[in-house]
Amino acid sequence: MGIIFREETFYNDFTFRNSPEAIRRFPFPFHEDSYMYSVNLEPHKSYRPGSVLERAFDVDEHYVSEMRDRARVLAEDPLRCQSLPHMTLAGWDLLELIMVSKAEEYPDLFELHRDGNRWHWINRPLGIEQRFTFLDETTLPYGPMEYITRQTQGDFAVLDQREDNLWMDAGMVTTQADWSLDFDIGMNFFEWHAPVPKAAEMGIFQRALKFLLNVQQGAPARRFNWTMTVNPLLDTSPENYHKWGVMKRDLTLENMGQMMHLRVELQTFFRLPRSNGLVFPIRCYLIKLDELVTVPKWARRFHRVLRDLPVELATYKGFVDNRPKIVEWLSKYDDGAPTSPGIWPD
Amino acid sequence: MSGAPKIAVTVAEVTPVNELVTRFRFVRRDGKPMPTFSGGAHTVVEMNDNGRIRRNPYSLMSDPADCEGYSISVRRDDQGRGGSLFMHRRVTPGMEMQISNPVNLFGLDLRARKHLMIAGGIGITPFLAQIKQLKATGGHFELHYAVRSAPLASYADELRAENPGRVRVYHDERGEAIDLERLLEGQPLGTHLYVCGPKGMIGWVRNTAARLGWPRGAVHHEEFLAPSSGKPFEATLARSNKVIQVGEHESLLEAIEAAGVDPPYLCRGGACGQCETDVLEHDGIFLHNDHWLTEEQRASCTKIMPCVSRFEGRKLVLDR
Repeated sequence: MGIIFREETFYNDFTFRNSPEAIRRFPFPFHEDSYMYSVNLEPHKSYRPGSVLERAFDVDEHYVSEMRDRARVLAEDPLRCQSLPHMTLAGWDLLELIMVSKAEEYPDLFELHRDGNRWHWINRPLGIEQRFTFLDETTLPYGPMEYITRQTQGDFAVLDQREDNLWMDAGMVTTQADWSLDFDIGMNFFEWHAPVPKAAEMGIFQRALKFLLNVQQGAPARRFNWTMTVNPLLDTSPENYHKWGVMKRDLTLENMGQMMHLRVELQTFFRLPRSNGLVFPIRCYLIKLDELVTVPKWARRFHRVLRDLPVELATYKGFVDNRPKIVEWLSKYDDGAPTSPGIWPD
Repeated sequence: MSGAPKIAVTVAEVTPVNELVTRFRFVRRDGKPMPTFSGGAHTVVEMNDNGRIRRNPYSLMSDPADCEGYSISVRRDDQGRGGSLFMHRRVTPGMEMQISNPVNLFGLDLRARKHLMIAGGIGITPFLAQIKQLKATGGHFELHYAVRSAPLASYADELRAENPGRVRVYHDERGEAIDLERLLEGQPLGTHLYVCGPKGMIGWVRNTAARLGWPRGAVHHEEFLAPSSGKPFEATLARSNKVIQVGEHESLLEAIEAAGVDPPYLCRGGACGQCETDVLEHDGIFLHNDHWLTEEQRASCTKIMPCVSRFEGRKLVLDR
């Protein structure tokens, strides 16, 4: 495999970068030159070797630094990780799902040895070796959900399923696009989606919930979502808005290529076997506009998508004030040529 | 379209439990462990009955942590459409079959301080797995189990022996009956109620609980409907451009599948909503048998659940 893990930061000096290889595998989310909400769910099956869709839980060059950033955010604000008492079993489900997947898919990086409930876990990139008893919380340094999500990129909403609804009853959320686990904890699907414009009238939530309630064991699903972020901040939380919100004002045509990032979420859904819960990993990928425009197809298409995006969506995604500047900057890279179908580079 | 990949299994054991009930154990053909599941889950068993594919849901009764195999218990229904008779008469050890991944429409509410379970007859099966799960995790439960007679009381002896003080069995033939009101009134705060059994029992328990002020979210039931037989009818599948005949003992869903169309489904019992199908045109009446569609949707005649519901009339065109 040979991933070279980058040493980089997602705060203060912002040394985050994508290597040329990471740019080529970036999950550019627009399959055509315009964007509107859709349920856009598909089976989470292995797709396109080398891409972020090849494995159940993608590990990339940012892994070690992202985990360090998560530990930093948690040290400042422990409420980013919460699990209501009835969700411990779901936490074990998640730990098993991730350990088994990673050990199978990245055998050079992770190992899992199981002898009944006596488990032995090795995480080479983070230098962790742990022997523990499955389903016995006292044998791990944290609860099972916190333990494994401190070692896995992406946020995790762990949902309880009851009364034909899903409930945000546990999670690890440190790399979020401006939503708060501490605010949403205990809410149901409709409650936590209440701030999203337009989608409710379009009947999207009813259909999406129906789909999610029926996600089956052995048949995970996925979709993409996206927004824009000034500076490579993984933690754009409401809790810290006073720190990162002001950065949006520093944007100029001169610093645009380095400061402005497209932020893409790969959202996946897995049924959890023992608890009958659902886990919703939300994996954040960042790319600088300077990096993005090295792929001509993406540069052309992204210009057209942002230019034509309905104003409500630009407002909700938090970049309506900067949009004219971003579109002006991107227009230099759009010669009007047609783009090929699909999301991948030509 | 029916979701997760199927599991190819061999029938490892066929064990008569009593005059009406037989237990079947399945192990995987590829030698891998079975997926763990949550108590209350079912699997859909595919039966090849002389070329006709039957798919019946059965609750998993084995220990959810047991990945060596799955067990189900099937009650013989002599008046049914034939699935249970096939299981009883034709399924033998060594036979190869296909089953679905587990699906749970009757999960435990893990917030409950206490799980109060009411079972009638073969409705005991999901509770067998739930009890094993609760015992492994230190959960608090109590089971009240109504049976016709001692010889037909499947698993009653084991349940009593393994769970002293937590299981009570009521025999109809001895005139024993659950004193439901008293039982429900005496429960501690945070109790969740679960019922699985014949339709009449489910209605009785749910209505009594509602009358006594139990919150709806604390009352859980599982009732699989077997697709009912009825008059044959014809349906047009607009998207697939096919006209199909639905036989007397066949469901609309089975007839759609037999025509080579692969619609989504999960429970095949009118509960999960997965096979909901839009009606494009109709001239006749719908016989809705599901638990899924709202009264409004039924009145609008724009939806049908083909797993359990039927149609009588001259014309039915479906968006399938």
